[in-house]
This record gives sequence, structure tokens and C-alpha cells, in this order.
Amino acid sequence: MKIKNIIITFVSAIAILFSTSVVSIAKVVGDKIILGAAISLTGKYSSNGVHTQNGYNMAVDRINEMGGVKVGGKTYKFDIIYYDDESNPKRAAQLAERLISQDGVEFMLGPYSSGLTKAIAPVTEKYGVPMVEANGASRSLFTKGYKYLFAVLAPANLYLDVAIRTAVELNGGKGVRIAQAFEQDAFSQDVRLGILDAAKETGSKIIIDDKLPKELNDMAATLAKVKATKPDVLVVSGHTKGALTAIRQIAEMKVDVPMLAMTHCDAAKLSKQHGKNSQYALCASQWHKTLTYKDDFFKDGMTYAADFEKLFGYDPPYQSAESSAALLVFKDAFERANTFDQKKVRDALAATNMQTFYGNIKFAEGGQNVDKPMVLFQVMCDDAGKCENKVVAPLKWASAELIHPIPKWSER
Amino acid sequence: MDFLIFQVPMLTLQAVLDGLLLGILFALIAYGMALQWGVMNIINIAQGDLVILGGYIAYFMYLYGIHPAWGVIVSPIIMYFVGVIIYKLVINKVVDRDLFISILATFGISILFMQLMNFAFGADVVLANSGYGTTMLFDNSVTLPNSKIFSAFISIVFAIGLVIYMKKSKLGRAIRATAQNARAAKILGVDTEKVYAATFGINAALCGVAGALISITFTIHPYMGLPYTIRSFMIVIVAGLGNLPGVAMSGMGLGVFEEFADYILGTEFRIGSVFLLLVLILVYRRFKLSKKREYLK
Repeated sequence: MKIKNIIITFVSAIAILFSTSVVSIAKVVGDKIILGAAISLTGKYSSNGVHTQNGYNMAVDRINEMGGVKVGGKTYKFDIIYYDDESNPKRAAQLAERLISQDGVEFMLGPYSSGLTKAIAPVTEKYGVPMVEANGASRSLFTKGYKYLFAVLAPANLYLDVAIRTAVELNGGKGVRIAQAFEQDAFSQDVRLGILDAAKETGSKIIIDDKLPKELNDMAATLAKVKATKPDVLVVSGHTKGALTAIRQIAEMKVDVPMLAMTHCDAAKLSKQHGKNSQYALCASQWHKTLTYKDDFFKDGMTYAADFEKLFGYDPPYQSAESSAALLVFKDAFERANTFDQKKVRDALAATNMQTFYGNIKFAEGGQNVDKPMVLFQVMCDDAGKCENKVVAPLKWASAELIHPIPKWSER
Repeated sequence: MDFLIFQVPMLTLQAVLDGLLLGILFALIAYGMALQWGVMNIINIAQGDLVILGGYIAYFMYLYGIHPAWGVIVSPIIMYFVGVIIYKLVINKVVDRDLFISILATFGISILFMQLMNFAFGADVVLANSGYGTTMLFDNSVTLPNSKIFSAFISIVFAIGLVIYMKKSKLGRAIRATAQNARAAKILGVDTEKVYAATFGINAALCGVAGALISITFTIHPYMGLPYTIRSFMIVIVAGLGNLPGVAMSGMGLGVFEEFADYILGTEFRIGSVFLLLVLILVYRRFKLSKKREYLK
């Protein structure tokens, strides 16, 4: 028993020593700017968490290789302290607290998902730590009056707005009949609000409005209703599970609908998992590699995608691209602020107006990026069954023409 | 828009058929739960996670180019041994203890399985494509995916097989004897330890079959097990312990009830309505019990 006590004391002494030595790592040590991030490396968001981390790491390496960040006539390099938040909002908030008060981090990068960003934002706000996040799109993040939160991505309510407007346009400007099914989580419900707004403005009618429970993986009832009511557009948003379930059951039940719009198609690897059945699905995306935005670090989307693939061995999803863009924003803001004063950096962030390979970035009062529209791509397959995502809207970047209406199952 | 189901008669038929096919599959999972609950008095919270693990076995076969339907054979064999190993490592230590302890133990196993599956297979939602096509009835107004029909058929085959096995085989008799009175069975020479291990293995094997079927009809994900546990728990509660035909009936009944709740109350109340039904049934049971006079003999 005594030996056990001695061991415990010994271990805790080391732990205390270690933790005090960690405190001495502050925001800028020598020539390093240390950013903090809680990332989902385990748990249900772990695959997207890894995409986020890869995006961050790639940008850090690239910026450091290309000369780093110049502040006050001195060159600094980026470094990131990561902690695993286990996909758990409570844990994320604790880790943010730890990064700031123990590790002395003065600038933060966002976690993956709206839910976790929501958990962290009050902490960074409390300490006045500027946070640039790339993976929390929920509208409610931008209506709370946060001053230190900046998101490089377009808010969730704009995800499928383009789809409804395109459908109305194709209908000769007349309103369309919409059937929608959304999961009951913050993000999907925000997408839903965006659709409601778009429907109201275009005079469209919502004829089915289903809310999918989180644990549901069967949409047969919703789809049977769609079959019976024959809407012009079917909108589905329920993360990867929703996208995969919808495509499987639409194909199985032979549901004919002129337009099918969804979110999370690339995260769900729709065309890989479902092949030709996913053909003609319209997907909202923050970014696509064929977009022609440019910057000095990654050149353009195609180059970014090629470099990313070389490093990590897979095609970058938009979650990685937007994460990389977050670091470009930080670098730009540091250089313009020309100091590490948090308040001045915050003001510089607020005044950001730049183009990156990922898109234009300009923050509104609430912190969301208002200068980058969402893109829609459509899954298109050739006769051999090889499927590809092609951008179809907005027209400026379209690499293929939208196929509308979707051919009936009996004619495929 | 409300009560669309009554305006379009074909929808009613669609709902009933969808519900039945779904219910049969759930009943198979509940079958395993009822069996080991009855025999070992253990509520297995990890039931759903065993299902998902079985699903991953079929999924990996699919990835390596084997048709996922073979998972229906391979998955239960592997899962049987997984079940026996779990029994030897954990369950045999809690089997005679309080129900609460077994719930805690299996809850721990459930968390462990979720994390291990997440670690091993990743957090992506995956599925296996059977390519079975669709059966269309009444001029395409009622559609039944063949994969669902296949699932229901296989579930029924396994359920009937299990009933026959329990009736005819030596082990089946031993299991039934142990369920009736473990102590008496032991005195009469039944190796109850072996019976328990086999029961847990059979339960895991049934989960394996169900998992393989779920991977070809729905989707699988490391964290998707719990709804299956809850659903099978509910089916067993409604049917009552040791009532195997009751499990099948209540499984199908719940499936149809859910579909109708979806159409009438809305998708968001689908799961909620099942819980409400559970509460009502438990209250009714309690009410009936309170009518029955009990006294110490």
C-alpha cells in the first residue's frame, strides 16, 4: 500500500512539473506562432476530423516553406497544438479552456462540425482569443454576436438555396413544389431554414416537410409520400447517413423526381458507394477543385488537389480545403495587424478581404464569410459506370450542363 | 397533406408491407435477446453493437468482391465465437449476479465495441450493395426492395431453424432446462456453464445474421448499435420473456405501428411513438398485475 502511495505521489509530482513547464509555451515562442485546435481524432466525427487536421497541416507546412509569416520585420513559422476532442462537445470546451489557460495559446483554429464549434466559441469569446474556424456552418453561430469568431465557409442556410433558385428558374420563374427531409440536428435544420426562406421568396410550396430522427436509417415512408405527391424537387440533408440512405432507397423504390438536391455527397463518397444509382444527384459543396480561385500558396484548386493527394493519398474533400484556407486567413491577418496583440489581430481578421484557392473571404458582422457562394455539383456517370462530380451551378464555374429533369427510372 | 395515407390507398399497403419486412428483421435481433435474457437473466446492452459488428463482416466480404449475401452464413459463424469469447471473458463473471451488474457490464462492452469498431473500420457510414433490384406491385405504386424481402425471408428461416433446434437437439433441451431452473438442471447433470456460453454464442450469431442483412438493406456505422438494442428490448418487453412466437408478432406489429406513426404523426414522432407505446404497455401490465392478488404461500 505504501509503495503504491509513493508511486502515486511520484507520478503526480511529475505531472505537476510537466504541466507547469507546458504553461511556459505561450502564443509566440522564438520564431513560432503557436495555434491551438481541438480536433475530433476519435469518435463519430473522426474521419472528417482527420480531413480537417490534414488541411491544417498542409497549409502550415506550405506557409512555413514559403517564408512563414512576417510580423514586425521578423519571420515567424506556424505551429499547431492539437488535442483530440473525441467528437464530444463537452470535451471540446474543456480542451479549449486548457489550450488557452494552461498552454497559453492566444489564437485558435476551429474544430470539426457546428456542434463542437458551438461548444468552443463561448470559451474563446470569454478569453478574447481570435478563432478562425472552417467547419462550423450553423447559422446560430453567427447570430450570437460573437466578436472573436470567424468562419471561412458559407453559413448552412445557404447550402441548398442555389438548388431551389435553379429549380424555379428552370420552371420559368414560377414557384416549384418541394418535398424535404432533414435530420434533427443543428446543421440540417439550418439548411432547412434556408430552404424555407428560398421557398418563400420564390413563391414555392413545401408539400412534404419530414424531420428525420438521428437514429433513423430508413426513409421508406418519406419516399413513399414523395412517390404519391410527385414534387418538383426533393431535398435531403442528414449528413453522410442521410445521403447514403436516400440514394439507396430512391433507387430501390424507383422514386422519380425531376430534381434531387442533397448535402454531404462527397463526404459520403456517394459515387463510390452507390455507383450509377447516385447519378444526377445535386450536391451542395463549399468548394470544388475545378473552381478557378487563385492564391500564391496553393495556386488553384486543381494544384491544391494534386498536392494534397501526393501528401495524403486521397482526393481532398471540401473540409480539408476550407481548413487550409483558415491558415491563409490567419497569416494575412497577422501580417496586416503587424503585431500579436489579440485585439488588433481580431480587428485585422474582421477587415479581411482576400482571395484564396478556396474562394473569396470577407467576413460579415457575425463572422460568417459572405463573399463565397456555395457551389452545386451533379453526379454524372459514363456508360462504363464511372462517376464524377461536375460543377453545374453557379453558371460562372460550371464545368458541365445541369441535367434536368432527372430521367425516369424506367428509362435508365 | 395530413393523413395522406388515407387518401392514397396504395400507401396503406406500402406502409403495412414496409412495416412487416422491417419488423421481421427487428424480431430476429429481439429473438436472440429474449433467448439469453430468459436463460441467463442478462439484458445485453451490447446487442446492437454485435449486430453492427456482424454487418461489418458482410461489408468486408463485399469489399473483397464476395457477394454480401454470403455474410448471412459467414457472419453468424464468426459472431458465434465472438459471443463465446465475450461470455468467457466477462459475462460468466456476472451471470449469477444482480441484473443491474449485468447491465453495467454489457454497457461497458457496448462502449468498448463502438470504440474498437471506430478504430478498426473508421467512422464512415458504409453499406454493401446486393444488386437485388426491386419488386413492383400494382403498376409501380407499391415497391418492395428485393433486399428487404430477402432479409425477411432469411430472418424467418433462421427463426424457424432456431425453434426446431431448441425443440429437437440435445443442447436445445439443455438450454430450455437451464432457463426453467438452472439449479435443478445442474443437479441433473446439465453443464450450465457450457449452456450459458452456447446461449450467448447463439445470440451473437443471430446478431451476426441480422447485421449482415442490415448491411445490405440499410447502412452501418460504429455508433449505430444502440437503436437496435432499444428496439429489440422493446419487442421483448412487449412480447414478454420466453415467448418466442410473441417476439415475432410484436416485432412485426411494432414495425407496422412505426410506419403508420410516421405517416400520421410525422417522421419526427416515429421513434417517440414507439416509446409511448412501450410506456402504455408497461402501465397496462402493472395495472393488470395490481388486480391479481398475491400472497405468500
